[in-house]
Amino acid sequence: MFCYGYIRIVVFLPFQSQIFHFFSVFVCLQGSDNELKAEKEGVSDSESKVDSGVPEVPVPPDDTPEVLNKALSGLSSRWKNWWVRGILTLAMISFFFFIIYLGPMVLMMIVLCVQIKCFQEIITIGYSVYHSYDLPWFRTLSWYFLLCVNYFFYGETVTDYFFTLVQREEPLRILSKYHRFISFALYLTGFCMFVLSLVKKHYRLQFYMFGWTHVTLLIVVTQSHLIIHNLFEGMIWFIVPISCVICNDIMAYMFGFFFGRTPLIKSPKGCCKTWEGFIGGFFSTIVFGIMLSYVMAGYRYFVCPVEFNNDSNSFQVDCEPSELFQLQDYFLPSMLESVTGWTTVRLYPFQIHSIALSSFASIVGPFGGFFASGFKRAFKIKDFANTIPGHGGIMDRFDCQYLMATFVNVYIASFIRGPNPTKVIQQLLALRPDQQLYIFNSLKAHLTEKGLLPALEEAAAA
Amino acid sequence: ISLCSRQEADGDDRLGLAGDAEGECDGDSKADTPDYPLSTADTDNTPECLNKALEGLPPRWKNYWIRGVLSLAMISGFFLIIYMGPIALILVVMSVQIKCFQEIITIGYRVYHSYDLPWFRTLSWYFLICVNYFFYGETVADYFGALVQREEPLQFLARYHRFISFALYLAGFCMFVLSLVKKHYRLQFYMFAWTHVTLLIVVTQSHLVIQNLFEGMIWFIVPISIVICNDIMAYLFGFFFGRTPLIKLSPKKTWEGFIGGFFATVVFGFILAYLLSQFQCFVCPVGFNSESNSFTVECEPSDIFVMQEYTLPTVLQNTLRWKTVNLYPFAIHSIFLSSFGSLIGPFGGFFASGFKRAFKIKDFANTIPGHGGIMDRFDCQYLMATFTHVYIASFVRGPNPSKVLQQLLLLQPEQQLGIFHTLQSHLRDKGILPPAAVQAE
Repeated sequence: MFCYGYIRIVVFLPFQSQIFHFFSVFVCLQGSDNELKAEKEGVSDSESKVDSGVPEVPVPPDDTPEVLNKALSGLSSRWKNWWVRGILTLAMISFFFFIIYLGPMVLMMIVLCVQIKCFQEIITIGYSVYHSYDLPWFRTLSWYFLLCVNYFFYGETVTDYFFTLVQREEPLRILSKYHRFISFALYLTGFCMFVLSLVKKHYRLQFYMFGWTHVTLLIVVTQSHLIIHNLFEGMIWFIVPISCVICNDIMAYMFGFFFGRTPLIKSPKGCCKTWEGFIGGFFSTIVFGIMLSYVMAGYRYFVCPVEFNNDSNSFQVDCEPSELFQLQDYFLPSMLESVTGWTTVRLYPFQIHSIALSSFASIVGPFGGFFASGFKRAFKIKDFANTIPGHGGIMDRFDCQYLMATFVNVYIASFIRGPNPTKVIQQLLALRPDQQLYIFNSLKAHLTEKGLLPALEEAAAA
Repeated sequence: ISLCSRQEADGDDRLGLAGDAEGECDGDSKADTPDYPLSTADTDNTPECLNKALEGLPPRWKNYWIRGVLSLAMISGFFLIIYMGPIALILVVMSVQIKCFQEIITIGYRVYHSYDLPWFRTLSWYFLICVNYFFYGETVADYFGALVQREEPLQFLARYHRFISFALYLAGFCMFVLSLVKKHYRLQFYMFAWTHVTLLIVVTQSHLVIQNLFEGMIWFIVPISIVICNDIMAYLFGFFFGRTPLIKLSPKKTWEGFIGGFFATVVFGFILAYLLSQFQCFVCPVGFNSESNSFTVECEPSDIFVMQEYTLPTVLQNTLRWKTVNLYPFAIHSIFLSSFGSLIGPFGGFFASGFKRAFKIKDFANTIPGHGGIMDRFDCQYLMATFTHVYIASFVRGPNPSKVLQQLLLLQPEQQLGIFHTLQSHLRDKGILPPAAVQAE
């Protein structure tokens, strides 16, 4: 996952010996010595290289599209693999830009699809590991639980952000009022079905798969919803973190390739991650994050919270940019003043925040990748699946992103915004009249204390 | 393939539990069929005094007597802690939670022979502390708003609570990743998942129990009593009238017990609800009195605890010759709670039975003589606690006013002003506030 085999063929050619080093570095990041041997032979399926005795996930050999195969038929299989990886990387990045252009609705759909695919990949691994593909009901139950949890989360999101729309339509209003109860009832049904489906010879397997499903739901589904919450704050909160993680991957790899010497972690799974790559990646990601934030903070399209316009029944991103996205003057510390000759510098406050986000992506983000590598080694699989030729499954690409999404969400909630005012009004209107009166008086006292109110009271009374 | 994949009685799980081919299998002759001395028959920790008193009886009756005596002891303990008040209840809930967590994790260790995994015990307890910190912090911030605002360090902790909890959890996650050891990857991932699922089940639901408690002790007492009553009644009905087995998982359960327990529990719940609704100390939300720094349970009882007249449907009118009946609305709610406790609650018990059969253990632990571990007693309660919480949130109360106020105070001043005016016009429309006249400041 750390290897975005980027187009550096130009560099490879004069350094024949380095190609092998490069190649082994690349492979090292993915797995064990067995896998290295197999990779040298250009075989991408996992049968020949796992230890005996443990079933592996049968990854289908080669599903590179025919067109690519023809174009690269001349090259040797190793280089072909490089080109495939490189082209697919470019394709994925272009696709990323394209869907940003298409807007929030499409982004939400894509996030939902990615989530479903990741869930399916992990569950399939579970089936293969436990040979539980034929367990009664189990596939149905796993997908049913996925539906339930998604229903719960999407319901909460929809209620929050589409409040007016929901109030208008009668069936939606009932669904929203009793949303938790309905979700709980749906989940309970699944739970009871699970208990009723327990079959005498398969108890342990069924409990394992139940646990596996729930942990997967916890990891995959909750975090995809955090991504969507971030998205609603403003597309910049979606784009910048994901870009930081991608940049960190690529930069750490580059630095490791060119300057790598000191291994990072003693255990073999991190054998080819180096301190030079780590630190180089850290600094370059911070610089990249600052530049990207500077570019993006200028556009309303990225900066404004996504809102639903009741009249036109569509999403709009139009607003007055908040303070975070307005240029401010910052005084440089005297050290930097003497170096650069500027007294003040104009920055968006968001860029300061982006430093925190980049630091997290560089320092803690890789642990998500180590976790996924450990998981793959534990279950002796090379990739989660074979969806993307040369890169493995969707989960392989997204394993670092999950920690990042949660961090951004917690960061926003703690440091950026307070509670959502619409939501607070909603809750206020749901209270009993005497409670509303109590809050009204408390609020009045508070605002009067702050001096915000008396002037307005006189104006209103006039 | 390798030594590990022996066929066990279940015929499944071809990996073998200690399934790493990397060398875990050698010393594990009982990897697949753990027959640890986890059954109460082997280790008898009945207190000496009970043993002496029951010396004369044959062992079967002795077992019954022990179970009976312990049941009475537990029920008395229940009443005692109710008497002691909310703080004692919270502490007891927390102790039960910690004990249940420890029981399940110990089973995991034994099943996977992972007792010597580096760091793992530390990490499991660390995650338990993190999740508890997160939940208790949210609860404290909600209910003790005034206290929190007063103390400076508490205010800081409350404001950045989510961030601090997340940072603590991340530290644990990173420690886990760093602790992965070459030969034990799979075991470590299993234990990681086991810990998380246990946390999900045990800790979240104990916090729902505490939140129910804060709504009013009646929301804590009635559901728990319903589940206990259902257990006992289903057992008695099954004992006297039982004939048709209910489910293969638990061969001792019968349809007669199930249905008899259902009706008996509904009646019991109804009567209990009627009795308890009259007392303020059970009915009022637990509030924290900032001045006296203690909990108070005094309030104006809400609508559902005020007697109301219900007109009986004509069918019942003819039978009973009453036109109307005075009931607490809460008694109607208790019917729903009892139904859930009798119909769906047992699924929690079946789940735990299935779990015990899957891992071939007789009881979760041996804490309570004759009954097994704490988890054995509480397995049905968990679904009930979640249901009660969801029920309250959906049908009984709206949002918590102090929480809404807290959120209001966190907003930006312009937003606060906007909300103030919206609320003002809303209240004026409803006639609660006098229309835009001079208001006494």
